Amino acid sequence: MRVAFTLNGKPVEAKVEPRTLLATLLREGFGLTGTHVGCDTGQCGACTVHLDGRAVKSCLVLAAQADGRSVLTIEGVADGEVLHPLQAAFRDRHALQCGFCTPGMVMSGLDLVARLDSPDEAAIRHGLDGNLCRCTGYRPIVEAIAHCIREKG
Amino acid sequence: MFPFDYLRPQSAAEAVAAHDGGERRYLAGGQSLLAALKLRLAQPSALIDVARLPELTGTRVEDGRLVVGAAVPHAGMAALPHIPALALLSGSIGDLQVRNMGTLGGALANADPASDHAAGVLGLGAEIRTDRRTIAADDFFLGMFETALEPGELIVAVGYPLPRRAGYAKVRNPASGYPVAGVFVAETDSGIRVAVTGAAACPFRLTEFEMALEGDFSPAALEGLGVPPDALNRDLHASAEYRAALIPVLARRALGLGGGS
Repeated sequence: MRVAFTLNGKPVEAKVEPRTLLATLLREGFGLTGTHVGCDTGQCGACTVHLDGRAVKSCLVLAAQADGRSVLTIEGVADGEVLHPLQAAFRDRHALQCGFCTPGMVMSGLDLVARLDSPDEAAIRHGLDGNLCRCTGYRPIVEAIAHCIREKG
Repeated sequence: MFPFDYLRPQSAAEAVAAHDGGERRYLAGGQSLLAALKLRLAQPSALIDVARLPELTGTRVEDGRLVVGAAVPHAGMAALPHIPALALLSGSIGDLQVRNMGTLGGALANADPASDHAAGVLGLGAEIRTDRRTIAADDFFLGMFETALEPGELIVAVGYPLPRRAGYAKVRNPASGYPVAGVFVAETDSGIRVAVTGAAACPFRLTEFEMALEGDFSPAALEGLGVPPDALNRDLHASAEYRAALIPVLARRALGLGGGS
C-alpha cells in the first residue's frame, strides 16, 4: 500500500506493507536513523516522534496510521545548524551520556514544553515515564525541560 | 507481526460493514493491539482503522452526561474539566506517548483486567454506546479480555453521568504502569458506586462498601470492611491477599477525592 504524509515539513510518499511500523519506515525507508529503536516493545521511548504534534512511540504506530498526517522526527527539530532551544538546553546541562535515549527524550520533552504551564518537577518526571535512560541521567534532562518551560513563559 | 490488510473507512457505518464478524479487528490507537500482534498473540486478517471516524471523535455534554467519543485519546480526556476524577484517571494511564495514541474505546474493547478506564466506566455507571445499542457498564465487562460486545460491534462513544463527587486511587506497577489495584468511588444522582479494577478477571463493584457510604460518604464509614481474597488475582506483581489489603486502603484514599497514585 502507499502512504503519504508530511515528514519534517516536507510531503513524502512511500510504499509499505500494512504491518510496516512507522519506526521502520523512518529508519529504513527514509534513512532517518536518529529515531532509535531500543526495545521494539513500546517500553523504552527511544523511538519517540511527533504525530500531529504529539509524542508517540513509532514502534507502536503503523506507517499506515501516519498516512495523511504530520510526522516530526529528531532530524526536523533543529533549524539547520542552529539547535532548538531544548537541544541547546540538553547540551548545556550535559543531559546525556551515551546518547541512545536522547532523541526520544527530546521529542517527549518538546511535547512537555508545549503542554506544561509550569516547570513542576513531578509533572515533568511523570511526563518522562515512557522514556528510559540506562545511564541514569534523568536529573539534567528534567532540568533542561524545566528550563525551556520557564523560558517560554 | 503476521501480515494483515489495512482498511481505513470514512464512516462508522462503513467500518461496521467492513468487519466480517470474524478475523478482522478494529484498530484505534493500537497501543495494546499492536503490542499483542508483535507477540503474535493474535492474527487478524485485516485491521480496520477507526481512529479518525468523525462519529468517534469529540466530546460534548448532553442530558447531564459527559459523552466522550470512543476514539478520544487518554490525553484528551485528561484535559476535560467536567469530571476531575476521570481526568486524573485518564492522565495516569500508561505514559505520555501511550496517552497520546491510546483511546477510550480501544481500552474498553480490549478489557484488560487492569484497565484504568474500566474503573471509571463502572464506577460512574456509564453507558457504552455502540453502532447498534447502548450497554450499561454493569453489563459490559464479562471476564478477562471479555466484554458484551458482539463480533463486529463498534463502540462509538461513552456517556458518563456527571457525578456529585468522585475519586480514583490506585497502586501503580512501577514497570508496566498498570494498576496492581485501583478503586473508583462516585456519588451520583442514582446512588453511591464503588468499582475496583486490576484485582480480578474484570472490574467489579463493592456493594457492601456502597451501602456503608450511603449514609456517610467518608473514609470512616468503611471502618471494618474488607474484601475476601478468594476471587482476586494472584500473579508476579502481587498476591491475592495483598490486593485484598490494598482495596479498602485505596477506597479510603479515593474518598479523599483526589487522583491518587
